[in-house]
Amino acid sequence: MKAAVIALPRSPARLWPYVGGAVGLVVLAAIPEFLGLYQTQLLTYGLIMAIAALGFNLLLGYTGLLSFGHSAYFGLGAYTVAFLLQWLGIHSMELYILLGLPVAAIVSALFGFICVRHTRIFFGILTLALSQVLYSLALKFFWVTGGTDGLRVPRPTLLLGIIDFAGSGGFPRFIRSYYYYVLGVFVLSAAIMWVIVHSPFGKALQAIRDNETRARFLGLRVRRFRWAAFLLSGTFTALAGILWVPLNGLTTPDVLYWPFSGEIVFMTLLGGFRNFFGPIVGGIVFTFLKTYAVASTEYWQLLLGTVLVVLILLLPTGVVGALSQLAKRLRTTREGAR
Amino acid sequence: MSILAVQVLNSLFYASVLFLIAAGLSLIFGVMRIVNLAHGSLFAIGAYIGAWLVGRAIGLGVPVTWLLLVIPIAALAVALVGIVIEPLLLRPFYRRAEEYQLLVTFGLLLILEDLMRLVWGALPLTADTVMDTMPVVHIGALVYPGYNILVIGIGIAAAILLWVVIYGTKFGVLLRATSQDRRMAAALGLNVGLVYVAAFAIGCFMAGLGGAIVVPSHAAVLGMGVEALVLAFVVVVVGGLGSLKGALVGALIVSFVRTAGIQFFPEVELAVLYLIAAVVLIARPTGLFGTA
Repeated sequence: MKAAVIALPRSPARLWPYVGGAVGLVVLAAIPEFLGLYQTQLLTYGLIMAIAALGFNLLLGYTGLLSFGHSAYFGLGAYTVAFLLQWLGIHSMELYILLGLPVAAIVSALFGFICVRHTRIFFGILTLALSQVLYSLALKFFWVTGGTDGLRVPRPTLLLGIIDFAGSGGFPRFIRSYYYYVLGVFVLSAAIMWVIVHSPFGKALQAIRDNETRARFLGLRVRRFRWAAFLLSGTFTALAGILWVPLNGLTTPDVLYWPFSGEIVFMTLLGGFRNFFGPIVGGIVFTFLKTYAVASTEYWQLLLGTVLVVLILLLPTGVVGALSQLAKRLRTTREGAR
Repeated sequence: MSILAVQVLNSLFYASVLFLIAAGLSLIFGVMRIVNLAHGSLFAIGAYIGAWLVGRAIGLGVPVTWLLLVIPIAALAVALVGIVIEPLLLRPFYRRAEEYQLLVTFGLLLILEDLMRLVWGALPLTADTVMDTMPVVHIGALVYPGYNILVIGIGIAAAILLWVVIYGTKFGVLLRATSQDRRMAAALGLNVGLVYVAAFAIGCFMAGLGGAIVVPSHAAVLGMGVEALVLAFVVVVVGGLGSLKGALVGALIVSFVRTAGIQFFPEVELAVLYLIAAVVLIARPTGLFGTA
């Protein structure tokens, strides 16, 4: 069973996600050559958001739980990095990830243990309430967290200190290197997530999502599975926060505030939560959409809100879902004509 | 001793406003099964309309004693906004999954927040003239604004009125019937669509009223709705979503804890509130008075 999970499926129809993934990867690896520095930076943000949305979607798309408090884990990752710098003087990105992930996993496990006692709307409110506990702590304990000013995180060294960005011209070098660094982490996390959702564990989560009672009759310990999914989901989103903070250079309580959770939900929905690749596309598209909305109009929230409402009215399966439906329809009409 | 009295009055003032917001949120959830994330923004719109009307009225030379009329007008205006929103935005989503209902109200929140900025700008809008015209009350050696006592009175009156409407009138029976079983109510010939509009409009009216009564003592600022919403969430979670009694008790608990918090443990004042909500949700998922 374990080998079957990783081995390529024999049926050619099942092969296209791998082909699509490989093509996407080649495009992502080559594209900085054609983009300016600013666009590359934006794409880095997009990949980071894609990791956050992938983590979030393990709960929404695969387990059927809508969290409205995922800002907590993103912000937790960001603030952990800031504290590691402030208290221990750590400058290495690898150490940030290695030390940050266990912290995130512990807090996710704790919050998840509480939240998975409920489902549906109560789950959403509980996740929101817990995330706001962290938000208000970050806001009020200003002598630790810097309050609304936040904490600064300068550019760290990459690959155990081999690459550092001190001196002049550090910024463009950082953006170029960091893009590939984030891309590497992204590919690794996406691959791990792919294995998770296609493993027996992932199938069990989907069974629970589709019919909790039947899953229970099959002997699945529903709450424990949800808890594990919550833990993984929170940790993935925290990884995104860890990667985000050196790029942003600063972490403020805004990333813990609940409207940011709404943005994570938004990007996942934009891409489509019924498809593995949906959150990835959503994270990248949302980042560009938001940046251009902010740049072009003072009233970007108005624009984004309208997009969101129209989107869920007209494209409930998101961009990726709509495209795959379109592809399916084209295929059937072509076969019908034949 | 008089400090204690002032703190109690402050808590009651705060509870009145919170009750108005939370009761509307709870009513909408009870009848329509929608958690309205934009509810705080409706509250903020009430505050903005109130402050704006006060400014206009003063500009037109309306005598200050008439300024209090602004409060019901602002609340009615927000109710009108609700009457427009419900059929336009919410109705297409009743048959869809909960996630989409939550998201459409989140989209609405983004839209409303920016519309407020578009119409009234980014600077705070004040209406403190209303507060200044009211006499002050002497409590021991301390002076207390009479307006705050009026707000407490409005809060109490609103609570009583709401009770009478929901538990004492035919309309209340219709509301409760729809809330218990929408399809059965429809099968019995009830115009459910109309009940939904009415429930949403009443919820909006109360949010708008909350905003309009708070604006003379605070100012209308951007982001006040987003902040108020989470507190209203705490109230309904503690009291029970969909329960009127819960909204009242929850508002009182939250207000007194918050007043005490600001006095004794200002750093964790908000965190304590959210933790109370979390503890209640764990121990009694339906809240103290909820049945849902």
